[in-house]
Amino acid sequence: MSAPAINAILTLEAVEKTFHVAGEPVHALRGVDLEVTRGEYAAIIGPSGSGKSTLMNVLGCLERPSAGRYAIDGVDAAALDDDALADLRNRRIGFVFQDFHLLPRASALDNVMLPLLYRGGSRRAHRESAQTALADVGLADRESHLPMQLSGGQRQRVAIARALVGNPAILLADEPTGNLDAATARDIMDLFDRLNVRGHTIVLVTHDASIARRCRRTIRLADGRVVDDAPSTEAALRDAGSLQIAGRAC
Amino acid sequence: MLSFAETLRSAAASIRGHGLRSGLTALGLVVGVASVIAVVAIVQGLSHRIKEGFAGLGANSLTVKSYTRFEDKLQGRENRIGTADLDELVLRLDGVRDVSPVLPVFGPFGAEVRLAGKTAHTRVFATTPVYQYTRQNFPAQGRFITEADEKHRRRVAVVGAKLLDDLDATAAPIGKFVEIGGEWFKIVGVMEERGELFGISQDDFVLMPFATGLALLPDQVEPDIGITFNVEDVEKLDEVRDRATTLLRRKHGIKAGRENDFKVETAEQLTDSFASLFDTVTFVFAAIVGISMLVGGIGVMNMMLVSVTERTREIGIRKALGAKKRDILAQFLIEAVLLTTIGGAIGIGVGYALGYGAAQLIPSFPPAVLPWWATVAAFGFSAGVGIAFGIAPAARAAALDPMAALRNE
Ligand SMILES: Nc1ncnc2c1ncn2[C@@H]1O[C@H](COP(=O)(O)OP(=O)(O)O)[C@@H](O)[C@H]1O
Ligand SMILES: [Mg+2]
Repeated sequence: MSAPAINAILTLEAVEKTFHVAGEPVHALRGVDLEVTRGEYAAIIGPSGSGKSTLMNVLGCLERPSAGRYAIDGVDAAALDDDALADLRNRRIGFVFQDFHLLPRASALDNVMLPLLYRGGSRRAHRESAQTALADVGLADRESHLPMQLSGGQRQRVAIARALVGNPAILLADEPTGNLDAATARDIMDLFDRLNVRGHTIVLVTHDASIARRCRRTIRLADGRVVDDAPSTEAALRDAGSLQIAGRAC
Repeated sequence: MLSFAETLRSAAASIRGHGLRSGLTALGLVVGVASVIAVVAIVQGLSHRIKEGFAGLGANSLTVKSYTRFEDKLQGRENRIGTADLDELVLRLDGVRDVSPVLPVFGPFGAEVRLAGKTAHTRVFATTPVYQYTRQNFPAQGRFITEADEKHRRRVAVVGAKLLDDLDATAAPIGKFVEIGGEWFKIVGVMEERGELFGISQDDFVLMPFATGLALLPDQVEPDIGITFNVEDVEKLDEVRDRATTLLRRKHGIKAGRENDFKVETAEQLTDSFASLFDTVTFVFAAIVGISMLVGGIGVMNMMLVSVTERTREIGIRKALGAKKRDILAQFLIEAVLLTTIGGAIGIGVGYALGYGAAQLIPSFPPAVLPWWATVAAFGFSAGVGIAFGIAPAARAAALDPMAALRNE
């Protein structure tokens, strides 16, 4: 394998993940090589069961690979114990889940503040950052609402704010629009577009082709392997117009 | 690492979030702690009152009493401390003052007392003028027994306030005549009130000169007196006690190796014999209720296990966002401890209210006293129950794999 690029944020080498169900091995990932560099905007696509979520969980340090090497931001994840891995998730990774995973009894602001609180310090110290993150996703006026009192799209915005609040090196999203209607999904994707334009590195999973086309790079999985990895044609075409998008975002 | 304040806040929020369930879980503990505290408060109230009662006898006082072994009593034997013993101690025992004899003139059960057609039963003692100093109890009206009274074996009486009350003679009692066990006495003094001890009035007695009391004894009866005195230097208390013991053994001709036929006790020992009884009662109750608190603890563990299962997803989310094992452990442990200490605190309050109320309701019962150690122990025990029964569920939560927890429905 070639040496990792200087500005690589994620590097996967021959990553495998095997689950055992009732004694039978299930090979979710069968040797994945992947590199994501700073500022990238990549979509992972593939049929259901092809290993997309498993890959994301490995990228997000939520699951350890069964074999292979995985480095994030220059840190070898395999060498870390559970607590160090928790710290890595807390500081370098922002994860957005398909079904939001907000704490139901905590307000929007408290949900967003949570990753910061696990770094230590009082809520007073972190309040402002959390408010800024909520404002960034357009929910400045919903700070004290409980998840239950928000729409699906708003919940996912809270989750995105929570993923961004700690200034992670990379934003990972597993089918972030999977539980949303088409219009809301477009809003959320607009948000991701703006975040990428502002410099955030984003990897997201989708099985919606139109969403994948908005990204710069498309990684296709099938049966636990990367079968195609190319710049998204439409994204490439749109490059010329990126200034306009940037203008809208800022 | 989540700060302690944040962990506490989140634990409090979770307890509030499941208000009813938390309340029911803590109820067992509240009842347990409340019963311990109520019992301890009542018993300690009694014990406190008894100690107070003996406080009149200072820490430096010693009392000599006859002592007969139970086996000997069965054979009809009765050891005595007599006037010769009193003389011996007055003459040869150094470093003491206020040596006073106490003779129960009409036996341990007292006698009938009559005044202007009214009758009462009371304890009757004969003693010397120094008795007031020995007991640190002085006349409130009139005077105490004097040397002249002793010399002339005067038929004078110094009475307790309760007795006067029973005889309806509280108005101008000095100079009135009272019939005690068939003999007539003139009241010359009324003692200061000392209140109740263990529900029994300490002011229900009549005192007469020691010589008068001796003269009233039937011809064949040898007196059996108690002798109380104060040691001048408290440091020398043991020394004086040993000396008194040696003198009396010699006087009684007790051979080496044989048991004393008397006892020399400090006021503290008198108190302690009561106190230890109450301490035993307290301890037994505390142990019984301690078991009920264990049951409360199992309730807490059960709830915490349910809570961990129920909140598996929450644990997954927290771990995904960077919570370490010790964060989750602390969260659930502090939640359990908070729950049990709140339960304990409520229990202490309820228990004290119960003990205090019960003591108030029963007439002439001393007020409840809650010693600080009982509060501290109840609080500590509650927290301990939280730790002991919260640790297993908390450890289970902390050990969860983040992704497995997130997948949990
Ligand atoms: N925790 C698990 N235990 C057992 N098998 C699993 C587990 N997670 C995923 N798999 C299996 O791994 C394969 C890939 O799953 P997944 O990564 O969820 O696919 P995708 O997200 O692309 O639909 C599937 O066959 C799935 O059944
Ligand atoms: Mg999936």
